[in-house]
Amino acid sequence: MKDFIVFAWKILPSLLKGTILTIELSIVCISIGILFGIILGIARVYGNKPVYWIVTVYVEILRGFPCMVLLFIIYYGLGDIGILLNPVLAAGLALGINTSVYQAEYFRGAILAVKPGQMVAAKSMGLSKWKAIRYVIFPQAIRLVLPSSSNEIIYMVKYSSIAFIVGVQDLMARANIEGSFYFKYFEAYLIAALIYLVIIFSLTKILEILEKKASIPGLQLRQG
Amino acid sequence: MPITLQVENLKKSFGNLEVLKKVSFNLEKGKTMVVIGPSGSGKSTLLRCINQLTPPDSGSVVLDGIELTNNKTDLNEARSEIGFVFQNFNLITHLNVLGNVSFGPLRVKGKSKKDSNDIAMEELKKVGLEDKAFSYPAELSGGQQQRVSIARALALNPKLILFDEPTSALDPELIGEVLDVIIKLAKEGMTSLIVTHEMGFARSIADEAIFLENGIILEKGPPKDLFSNPKNKRTMDFLQKISQLYGEE
Amino acid sequence: MHIFSVILSELPQFLKGILIAIKLAAGLLTFGFILGMTMAMLEVFGNKIISKITSFIRKLLWGIPQIILLLLVFYLPFDMNPMIAAIIALGLCSSAFQSQIFRGAILSIDPGQIEAAKAMGLKSWKILLYIILPQIMILSVGPWTNEFSSEIKDTSLAYVVGLIEIMRQARYIITYTYGNSLAIFFFAGLIYFVLTKIGNTIFFKIEDLLWVPGFEKRRE
Repeated sequence: MKDFIVFAWKILPSLLKGTILTIELSIVCISIGILFGIILGIARVYGNKPVYWIVTVYVEILRGFPCMVLLFIIYYGLGDIGILLNPVLAAGLALGINTSVYQAEYFRGAILAVKPGQMVAAKSMGLSKWKAIRYVIFPQAIRLVLPSSSNEIIYMVKYSSIAFIVGVQDLMARANIEGSFYFKYFEAYLIAALIYLVIIFSLTKILEILEKKASIPGLQLRQG
Repeated sequence: MPITLQVENLKKSFGNLEVLKKVSFNLEKGKTMVVIGPSGSGKSTLLRCINQLTPPDSGSVVLDGIELTNNKTDLNEARSEIGFVFQNFNLITHLNVLGNVSFGPLRVKGKSKKDSNDIAMEELKKVGLEDKAFSYPAELSGGQQQRVSIARALALNPKLILFDEPTSALDPELIGEVLDVIIKLAKEGMTSLIVTHEMGFARSIADEAIFLENGIILEKGPPKDLFSNPKNKRTMDFLQKISQLYGEE
Repeated sequence: MHIFSVILSELPQFLKGILIAIKLAAGLLTFGFILGMTMAMLEVFGNKIISKITSFIRKLLWGIPQIILLLLVFYLPFDMNPMIAAIIALGLCSSAFQSQIFRGAILSIDPGQIEAAKAMGLKSWKILLYIILPQIMILSVGPWTNEFSSEIKDTSLAYVVGLIEIMRQARYIITYTYGNSLAIFFFAGLIYFVLTKIGNTIFFKIEDLLWVPGFEKRRE
């Protein structure tokens, strides 16, 4: 036990350097995910027939692709046809696209869960379709989507751990390096795991508080 | 007449709130006893204390000689001799009507599937719902669900049936069909203890009535006395309030 | 086109990877099911201490990235073959998710029915077997289908411990056929897409078969 703590202390600085990259990567892919998720979600709900079908096919197929496959496609695949991306960019893109597809589904669900009467009321007040979406539907949908969206955000932070496979120098990569240097793989991974747990639990708590702050009495996903 | 149910000095508190304060009464075999009283008087708690769903703090409950409040008594065995009809029916969601009614004989009493189903169909005939045997609870009206729940209680061939406000959760037009079934059972000699707000029904069906308020039996007696000439002022106040609310029956 | 003929001729190799992935998925889902159901029961019906401990374990397994647990299990100080390590590690993670599903199902069962069963004199284990368990099944199929799809895709993570599942197989194929990574990895992706689609179809059918009036219908 004592040795473990000593070892942990020794490699901690190195691991924390990697953690910074992990956090940056997470922020990038979550942002891409939410941005595209909202766009795709709105497209699927309010788009005309061709838009709906294109987005639906895109979302349905990509939902069946594991994170790692997208990562390999973007890093190795594009690399093969001449588009060389640096690992961090590739990982950010791959993870971002992956999560955007799920966020799209959640937003779509949230928009559809807003009571239809709201749109009718907005229109009968004279609001245009886009204004109604912006001022009436959207604020409600955002609150309805928070639980699923937050969940997806946490998943992404966890999945960002695969980035090291293509060479991103994140927490996992550092743990790998330290593990192989001291030949203490298990201990290194254990410490990395603990760092992840700290990040994830803090994030969970923050998101919970955000949800509470944003909540409106009477506005829930499950009615009654 | 032999005494089926003996309740003595029942006491129950929830935290600081004393809900039952020394309740005692006897119920003779074949008779129907009705419990009336304001909300919060402890009526439901009384029923639940009898079959120990809510174990009383002190006091004794004896059913046909078996002391339910004794730790050594096989409670499950004893409960299978008592039917309980809940305000919210509490039918098993994933079983159809036949499955629900045959559940007692099949799973509690260990009878064969065929025997259980036969018993179930008989009881369903008694409550007038044999044609709904293969429907699911969710497909039935509240009144029908409650009648199924009565059939379910009957299927156990119980010595006593406890009714906990059987019609309080029903829409007004469905109340009659359930009350008719309960009246029929009483006429056939089923020992019953009924908690209800339906005064006209209570007056017509009861052999004896109890007025419970704040955990104490304020008055007990045959309906023609309790309902028409109550001795206690509180009883009178309550009956007046109820008749204003529901209209004289 | 050259790439199509390559994929076609390598189909048997892909198939090998698919079989391994399916084996892994079956193993980890079963492990996750048993552990998850146990944890759900303990957390809902256990006493305060057991409930808290189980809840803590569940949250721990839920918060840890799968790939780290995979590596941790693999690098345990004794000989571990990749398939076993993957089944254990991914199974543990899955058990956390499945436990959530089952917990949710148990908590949405109307407690009145359980009271009615008690009032009839039904023994506790029988209440569990004849009332609670059947309803857990009906209520869980929907969310479980999602978990199933997730885990099929997560078999790709076993790549890092060297298991020759679909991704690693694809890598090998690219290497020895000097093939086009883009096309071959995209094809691998399509394999997962097809597998999850087949799985979903089967489970939707099961959901329809188990459904009984009185439960929510998740789809039209």
